[in-house]
Amino acid sequence: MPWPMAASLPASGERDLRLDLFRGIALWLIFFDHIPQNVVNWFTIRNYGFSDATEIFIFISGYTAAFVYGRAMRERGIIIASARVLRRAWQIYVAHIFLFTIFMAEIAYVAATFDNPLYAEEMNILDFLKQPDITIFQALLLKFKPVNMDVLPLYIVLLLLFPPMLWLLLRQPAFALAGSALVYVLAWNFDWNLPAYPNGVWFFNPFAWQLLFVFGAWCALGGAQRLSGVLRSPIVLGICVAYLLFAFAITLTWYIEPLGRLVPLWLSAWMYPIDKTNLDVLRFAHFLALAAVTVRFVPRNWPALKSPYLAPAIRCGQHSLEIFCLGVFLAFAGQFIISEWQGGPLIQIIVSLAGVLIMVATANLISWYKHMEGRGATTRVKPPDADLAGGDA
Amino acid sequence: MKLATAVMATIALVAAGLSSATRAAPPEQCDAPQSLIDGDTDLSRVMDTFKASHRLSITVIGSGSSGLTGPEGAHAAYPARLEAVLKQDMPGVDIKVTAHVQSKETTAAMVAGLDKILADDKPTLVIWQAGTVDALDGVEPEDFRNTLSDGVAKIQAAGADVILMNMQYSPRTESMLDVSVYADVMRAIAEQHGALLFDRLAIMHYWNDAGTFNLYTATKKYDMARRVHDCIGWALASQIVAAAHLDATRMQTTQ
Repeated sequence: MPWPMAASLPASGERDLRLDLFRGIALWLIFFDHIPQNVVNWFTIRNYGFSDATEIFIFISGYTAAFVYGRAMRERGIIIASARVLRRAWQIYVAHIFLFTIFMAEIAYVAATFDNPLYAEEMNILDFLKQPDITIFQALLLKFKPVNMDVLPLYIVLLLLFPPMLWLLLRQPAFALAGSALVYVLAWNFDWNLPAYPNGVWFFNPFAWQLLFVFGAWCALGGAQRLSGVLRSPIVLGICVAYLLFAFAITLTWYIEPLGRLVPLWLSAWMYPIDKTNLDVLRFAHFLALAAVTVRFVPRNWPALKSPYLAPAIRCGQHSLEIFCLGVFLAFAGQFIISEWQGGPLIQIIVSLAGVLIMVATANLISWYKHMEGRGATTRVKPPDADLAGGDA
Repeated sequence: MKLATAVMATIALVAAGLSSATRAAPPEQCDAPQSLIDGDTDLSRVMDTFKASHRLSITVIGSGSSGLTGPEGAHAAYPARLEAVLKQDMPGVDIKVTAHVQSKETTAAMVAGLDKILADDKPTLVIWQAGTVDALDGVEPEDFRNTLSDGVAKIQAAGADVILMNMQYSPRTESMLDVSVYADVMRAIAEQHGALLFDRLAIMHYWNDAGTFNLYTATKKYDMARRVHDCIGWALASQIVAAAHLDATRMQTTQ
């Protein structure tokens, strides 16, 4: 195998719109899933298989990070590329703290207005308001992460560790991927994870989830081409489809209880728990199968990618950090509206649709800003644009 | 959402006529689909003891949501309501419900005190309400699973049946406190050990959707909390009687 500098960037400079499309869709699904009891959640992929939108998001983020910063590293050197990766991590950190502030405002409001002796125990979740000195400090350290705020800290840690990984990926891609898999296995064997506050560990274990991120990066740096032969094989397709159907059948048993009895005991003993925190291998495999089937039926030059119907999702995928943060905020706000109005399915659907519309409008607005600023800055030398390279990293 | 789907599916099943006939006549406002109450496991130890000695000794272990504060809180909370309903339903039977309710107690702390409780109460049935404090404290689901599993095994080894009761449905705190992982663990542990699950989460969710109770209500008053606990007491009684076949047994012994 030709290893040294084997990693080649895809020849054409044209962006792969599929990445933007699926990341945009993943952002919508994450938004829906973040509103508890939302009827729209019936349609999100986590109800039809083991993996969910988080896998898509992390994989594509790894892919685009490698695409953007891989080129920077080859063209401008390791220092510049690392600096840009770290700046990105900083931006995400700031975004996370901004979201935390909004979350605190919501909690403080609930604490001040909601009281019911029936829920005396549950209201203890608001206890941390009594010691803001500790709580806010722990939040700044990324140890205190309220519900739904786990993805960005994961992303930050992945980016912090990305420069050396990228360096290795550009030189010894197979070795880098093997190293990543080894860390994953060791994390499972030795229960590695980062500590959380007030106790416990990170909901998304970075030592496990890095595998998906690095795999995405590996695919971007030539791995996808190396796999293309495998992906064209009808046997692989058959296995993937069979596995997706199996996962679908199992998820059905979660919702239709009598079906649960049809699952043999040995199978459930082996299979459960399907651990999201540590990226269970069943989830990883499910994502791989889903991705394999998707790239087979959605080619890079699929004409629909240029159609106006898919443009909203693609736009959202192109500004993933902003739209992700907006989605978390909108989920807070939507949940709040549903609570205040004690909303049934109709309100839930309206809130969900309104949320997506706001996300699309915002994505368009950001595009407009970037377009405007890009035109004004003709004189300065622009670094390779993250957007042109397939969306934000 | 998993839960909503589960509720819809069970409602569909009721409509399909798969539910068994209702025995007790709880207050109308406590109606819940029978499929949410019935489990597919029998309380065989309860049944045997009941047949042999006409005795029913129940121990409730739980955290804050198994009790009520305020005047006469203990009498209004579901353990006391359960006892009242069972006594009313089966006069002449020696029925005792002992509650060990400790707010903010994690499952691990409950297991630590389990030996003493089992030795003192010698229950034939333990209703174990767990999960809320673990979710609040962010106990690792895997640790929660192991602790709960050990506890259930211990109770069963002491000769008692187990009903695991999961969390309350609390829509206002839902966006801050995600209990679903812990609820999934409890369902799995119940299945694995042949214990019954009292799905308080799904039942209260049903009551909220059906308009029985508006669980979003902000109030300082106790009336709604008391009515909810009363209904939980009824639902529990109905689950116990059905799963231990107490009706049939009683008929045999009285005829």
